[in-house]
Amino acid sequence: MTYALETPEAPEAPKPPEAEAVSPAAKVARRKALLQWIAVHSLGVAAALFFVLPFVFLLLTSLMDNQQTLTRDLVPHHWAWSNYRKVFDTPGFLTWWKNTLLYAGLGTVLSVVSSVPVAYALAKFRFRGRNLSLMLVISMMMLPPQVIIIPMYLFWAKQLDMAGTLWPLIIPLAFGDAFTIFLLRQFLMTIPNEYLDAAKVDGCGEFRTLIKVVLPMARPGIAAVALFQFFYAWNDYFGPQIYASDTPASWTLSYGLESFKGAHHTDWNLTMAATVLVMAPVILVFFFAQKAFVEGVTLTGVKG
Amino acid sequence: MSTTYTLRSKHRRSALRTLAFLSPWLIGFGVFFAYPLISTVYFSFTHYDGFGAATFDGLKNWSYVFNDYPLFWPALRNTLWLVVVMVACRVVFGLGIGMLITKIKTGVGVFRTLFYLPYLAPPVAATLGFVFLLNPGTGPVNSLLGDLGIPAPDWFTDPSWSKPALTLLAVWGVGDLMVIFMAALLDVPKEQYEAAELDGASPWQRFRYVTLPNISPIVMFAVVTGVIQAMQSYTQPLVAGKVASGIIGNSGQQFEPGYPDKSTLTLPQLVYNLGFQRFDYGSACVVALVLFALSMVFTALLMKRRGGLIQAGE
Repeated sequence: MTYALETPEAPEAPKPPEAEAVSPAAKVARRKALLQWIAVHSLGVAAALFFVLPFVFLLLTSLMDNQQTLTRDLVPHHWAWSNYRKVFDTPGFLTWWKNTLLYAGLGTVLSVVSSVPVAYALAKFRFRGRNLSLMLVISMMMLPPQVIIIPMYLFWAKQLDMAGTLWPLIIPLAFGDAFTIFLLRQFLMTIPNEYLDAAKVDGCGEFRTLIKVVLPMARPGIAAVALFQFFYAWNDYFGPQIYASDTPASWTLSYGLESFKGAHHTDWNLTMAATVLVMAPVILVFFFAQKAFVEGVTLTGVKG
Repeated sequence: MSTTYTLRSKHRRSALRTLAFLSPWLIGFGVFFAYPLISTVYFSFTHYDGFGAATFDGLKNWSYVFNDYPLFWPALRNTLWLVVVMVACRVVFGLGIGMLITKIKTGVGVFRTLFYLPYLAPPVAATLGFVFLLNPGTGPVNSLLGDLGIPAPDWFTDPSWSKPALTLLAVWGVGDLMVIFMAALLDVPKEQYEAAELDGASPWQRFRYVTLPNISPIVMFAVVTGVIQAMQSYTQPLVAGKVASGIIGNSGQQFEPGYPDKSTLTLPQLVYNLGFQRFDYGSACVVALVLFALSMVFTALLMKRRGGLIQAGE
């Protein structure tokens, strides 16, 4: 699990070139290493362009005036920073922010708090049905949300009259989220049992062991799942579409963004500015929490 | 006698403790998984439009969806297309980028961050951006292709190019696979490469006989999870179709699902179309169950794999 992600060593790093090459063989080897360096890094730059240029185009377009967006000129004639102001002034935009933060923030807290004890039990307790439980967690994780949406919608809308709000998306997260449980379980498996045994020798019950010993050690794992949950809610389109599409006061950014395009039919510059504003927080959070995030992605592919 | 008693009570206490720790999920499992799943099966055999009571309807919905619903087979075909082509492209490209990043020596942190960023772009935002970038007449991509003298396709407005455009979008967000492959590649024992080199193996032979066998569990993992993801494709094709068609919900106009020409229709979209646009909950549940069966086949594959993938045991 603890791959050296920060400074990957190339599997076949060439020996550092000697200060003065003596034999012709060393000279050839040095030239080969240099050529390889150039080839690899040119490929790297080409790939980087593929990944980055779309962002650059979006940013540039968001700063054009509207006549220019449908021309072939890529650089804004004059930099229309006021586009961003216009986006913020759009009725509803701030409400979408508020709703998104509520859904993502509260949902993340609830799902982590309710998933930690479950993940701990699945990782460290021995009980009958443990493997079955884990398989059910994985099945829930892999279940497309559309499969159960009809009964879920009828449940929230007809029985509890909560359609038009985001609560049908937030409340279930208080009962453990399968993806969070699974990822945390993978992480907790890596904590050696000796620590838990030591806590028990000191007279800690399971709950105190979890709080005092396991949680502090599991902080990187918790950070990773919290980020995933936050981004999941931030990006969720289907959920708000089902429960809140008729109630603009409950829209989230991801859902509102699409209707923004509808309202500003031809204003690609404003639409792109709004797009940038929806992307920006995610990317900012990533820069501050890069390590936790990369660790989380790796966790999904690691043996249990 | 008394020892057995304490043992038994100890067992009971530990069972209660386990139950207590699992309780949030046990409730969640019942209320948000088992109950709706059983309801979905039940509704698939009933006629129900949300008003009054559901009435038993036998296999009518099933026969409607398979025989008469005009969107079912196109959506299934599209979903299969995405499952095959999109997953293959993502895995091959992800592995290539993963290998590239392990070879880069200067500025590896910067490269890795740049390669990874698109994976984070919120799907609606990324899709909207790509529809603009790939806009046929004046989009930056087609402008560049035009300058280079390459005939530019119509991407999201051409039925035969809309799925390749979606694949391009998915390949752009390959950062998750890059990270997984990178970790796997760095785990390959260096001695094996050294031994291969001593034996005079070519780069291709080293890849074929050293790298690939070592990372094959991770490749399988990427393929199976990729298939499950591709089967669930919803937001990107829906938003791409809507935006490219120029018609957005809430404007009063009814959006033709799968624009252009049903080419971006996927199975999950049908659940929405049947359930929330036509209020035919019974038929929506039939499609939901088809989707369920498909995803469970691949989830079972994922759980059955031995040696390094998700394992239920220790």
